Amino acid sequence: MSETRFSSREIVRIDFRSNVQHVPPHMPPSVQKATTKFLGTRASVVDLVGDEQWQTLRQAGHDLRLHTITHLDYYLEMLEENVTKAGGHVHWARDAEEARRIVLEIARGGSRNVKRAVKAKSMATEEIGLNHFLIDAGIQTLETDLGEFIIQLAGVGPSHIIVPAVHLTKEGIAALFREKLGVDAPTDPIQLAAIARAKLREEFLAADMGISGANFLVAETGTLVIVSNEGNGRMCTTLPPLHVAVVGIDKVVPDMESLNVLLKLLPRSATGQKMSAYTSFITGPRRTDAENGPQEFHLILLDNGRTRILQDEIARETLLCIRCGVCLNVCPVYNNVGGHAYGWAYSGPIGAILVPQLLGTEVAGDLPFASSLCGACAEYCPVKIPIPEILLRLRHRVVEGDPVGGPSASPLLRVAAEVGGRTLGQPWLYELGTQLLKVIQIPLRKDGWLPNLPPPLNRWTMSRPMPAFGADFRDWWRDRTPEGRQHNVARKIGLGALVVGLITLAAWLLARKKSR
Amino acid sequence: MTQAQLFVTCLGENFFTPVLKDMVRLLERLGVQCELPEGQTCCGQPLYNSGFISQTMEPARQWLRVFGRTQGYIVAPSGSCADFVRHRYPELFPEGTREHAQAVETAARTYELTEFLARVLKVQDVGATFPRKVTYHAACHILRGLGLRQEPKQLLQAVRGLELIPLPEEETCCGFGGIFSVVYPEVSRAIMENKVRNIQASGAQVVVVSEPGCLMNIAGGLAQVGSPVRAMHLIQILASGGGAD
Repeated sequence: MSETRFSSREIVRIDFRSNVQHVPPHMPPSVQKATTKFLGTRASVVDLVGDEQWQTLRQAGHDLRLHTITHLDYYLEMLEENVTKAGGHVHWARDAEEARRIVLEIARGGSRNVKRAVKAKSMATEEIGLNHFLIDAGIQTLETDLGEFIIQLAGVGPSHIIVPAVHLTKEGIAALFREKLGVDAPTDPIQLAAIARAKLREEFLAADMGISGANFLVAETGTLVIVSNEGNGRMCTTLPPLHVAVVGIDKVVPDMESLNVLLKLLPRSATGQKMSAYTSFITGPRRTDAENGPQEFHLILLDNGRTRILQDEIARETLLCIRCGVCLNVCPVYNNVGGHAYGWAYSGPIGAILVPQLLGTEVAGDLPFASSLCGACAEYCPVKIPIPEILLRLRHRVVEGDPVGGPSASPLLRVAAEVGGRTLGQPWLYELGTQLLKVIQIPLRKDGWLPNLPPPLNRWTMSRPMPAFGADFRDWWRDRTPEGRQHNVARKIGLGALVVGLITLAAWLLARKKSR
Repeated sequence: MTQAQLFVTCLGENFFTPVLKDMVRLLERLGVQCELPEGQTCCGQPLYNSGFISQTMEPARQWLRVFGRTQGYIVAPSGSCADFVRHRYPELFPEGTREHAQAVETAARTYELTEFLARVLKVQDVGATFPRKVTYHAACHILRGLGLRQEPKQLLQAVRGLELIPLPEEETCCGFGGIFSVVYPEVSRAIMENKVRNIQASGAQVVVVSEPGCLMNIAGGLAQVGSPVRAMHLIQILASGGGAD
C-alpha cells in the first residue's frame, strides 16, 4: 500500500480479493460517514436545480465531453497554441516515465536548481508516482492539500479521488501527526488543520517550484482551471517562481461556455456544493514584475495510455470523467472496501474501468469484476458514463485479451464457461441436470437449505445458505392436462431408471477401484 | 385474450417453484392465458456477465429457438433476465441476420412481471389480500435496468390489509450481482449484511424482493441470522388472498 506502488516501474498484478481481505474494520464506517454526507448535500443541491434541468445538464455535459474527446487532436493543438501565446510552455509526455523526466528537467534546467517543491492535489501526479521520483532525485516534495498531506505522512496512496484520506479517523490522524511531526496533536479536526496549516505556510514561502494538476484546460484561451476548497492550490500556483502543471490530455474543454456546464456539474456531484470555495483560472505566467504569480509556467500534457483508450468506441467514454468521485460515493462495493483495495491511484467504479485500460487487464483484470453491476454509478455520473457497460466490455477483455496483453481468465473458469454454454444450449441436458441436482443434493440438504456446499460453491455458502434445488414447475404444469400427466409418468420412469443406472455404475466403479 | 409465454428463468425454475405456480395463478386470475414453451433453459446472462461472449451464444440461440416461434407477450419473474433479453440479445447477433431480426422481435414483447402488470395490463389492484407489514427492496435491474421505480410499490399499496413501510437504503444493491457474489464473496457478504440490517430495522414482517437472484441472497442472509422476517417475491403477495371476486 505504499506510494511506490503507484509508480509504473513496480506494477504487480492487482489482487482485489486479497486486498479486501485486509481492509481494517474501522475503514468502511469511516468511508461511509463521508460518502453519506457528500450524497446528502449533493441531493439537496441537485434538488434545487430540479431533476429535469439536472438531466439536461448531464446530457449536455456528456455530449460536450464526448465531442471533445473525439476531436482531441484539434482541441489539444488549439490549447497548445493558446498556452504558448499566453507565455506558457507546453510539453507532451507519452507515458509516466517521460512525464516524470520532463518535470525533473524543468526543475534542474537553466539556473533554476529547484530544491523544494510544493504540490496541489492532482490525480495525474498520483498516476505517474511523481512524489517519490522527485524525492529520490533530491527535491523535497510536499503535498499541501490537507488530505494529501496526511496520506503523504502515512506513506499511502489516496483512498478516494477527492478526499484522499477518507479512510482515516480523526484519532488516526492525530496519532499520525504525533508520530511523524512530533507535535502534541489533539483529536479535534480544527486544531489538526491548524497544525498542518502552520507547517505548510513556511513551505509555501520557501518553495522553488509549485506543482499542480488541473480540473480542466480551456482550449480557446489556454486557461488552466483548478476547483478546490482549501486555497492551497492558489498558494502552490502563485507563490513559487515556477509553476508546473501535469494534466491528462482528456481534461481539455473547447471553450468557456462548455466549461460553464461542467462547473455546474462538478462541485454539485463531488461535494454537494453549488460552487467550490476556490475556482482558479490560470492563463500563463505573470505578465509583468508588478503582477503576482510565477515567472514561468509549464504545462505537461500526459497521455499515458489515454489515446489507446480512445480506440474503443464504448470504453472510450471512460475519458469523459471529470473526477467528481460521486460513483465512489454511491458504490456499494467501494463503501465496503475503501479505495486502497483497488490497488492503484484511481478507485471505485471509475477506477474499475480506468485502471484496467491504463495498465491492461493482465495487471488489473480483477477490477472489472469488483462490481455487482447495480448501475448506481451510471445513474449518478454527471457526464453519463455508461460504467456498467464498460465493465462488461473489460470483463470480455479479461477473457479475450486486450491491446496491452493476453487473456487472463483462469483456465478453470474457461472450462466451466465452455461446459456451461454447451449444457444450456441443450434443453434435454439442462432438464436432466435440474433433476439430477435435486437427487445429488439430498445428503447436503437441511430444512430446505443447502448450508454448506463443496468448492467452488462454498464461495456462496460461506456467506449465506443456498436454497435447495427444486425444479418441479414443469411437472406441475404438465399435470394440469391428461397428456401432460402421461408424459410426466413416462419421464419419471425414465429418470428413475437413469438415476438407478448411474448409482449402480458408481458403485461398480468404486468396488473395482477397491479391489485393485 | 392476452397470451403470456412463461419465461421461467433458470433460477426461477431451480429454486422458486412456488413463485412460478403463483405466477400462473395470478395471471390466469387476471384473464391471461399462460403457455409454457418447451425447451427453455437459461438466457445466458451469467456467461455474458463473466466475459464469455462466444459461450453465451448457444443458450441465446436456444432461447430464440424456443421463444421466437411463440405468439404474444413473454413474461418473466425476473427483471434481470428480461433486461438481458431485451437490451443485450439484439446486439449479440449481427444486423441483417435472421437471428438479429428474431432477437429484436422477441425483445419487444418480453416483460418482467411487474412491468407486464403495470404497463401492459395496466392494473394496480390485482385483488390480493395480504394483512402484513411489508417493505420493498428495489432490485437493481428492475429499478435501473427496466426503470420501474414506483410501479411495484403501487401494486403493493393496492393489496388489501397490507401495510407498506419504507426500507432504509431501499435502492442500494443487496450484494448479489451474479458472478460477483462468488468472485468476491467477502464484499458480497458485507453488502448483503447491510441490506439485512436495514430490513430488520424497518420493522417489516415481510420483505419483497422481485428478483430471483436477489431473493436467494436476501432470503439466505435472513436465514443465516435467524431473522423472523420472510423474503417473498412480489408475485407471491399479489397471488395471495384468492382474488377480488
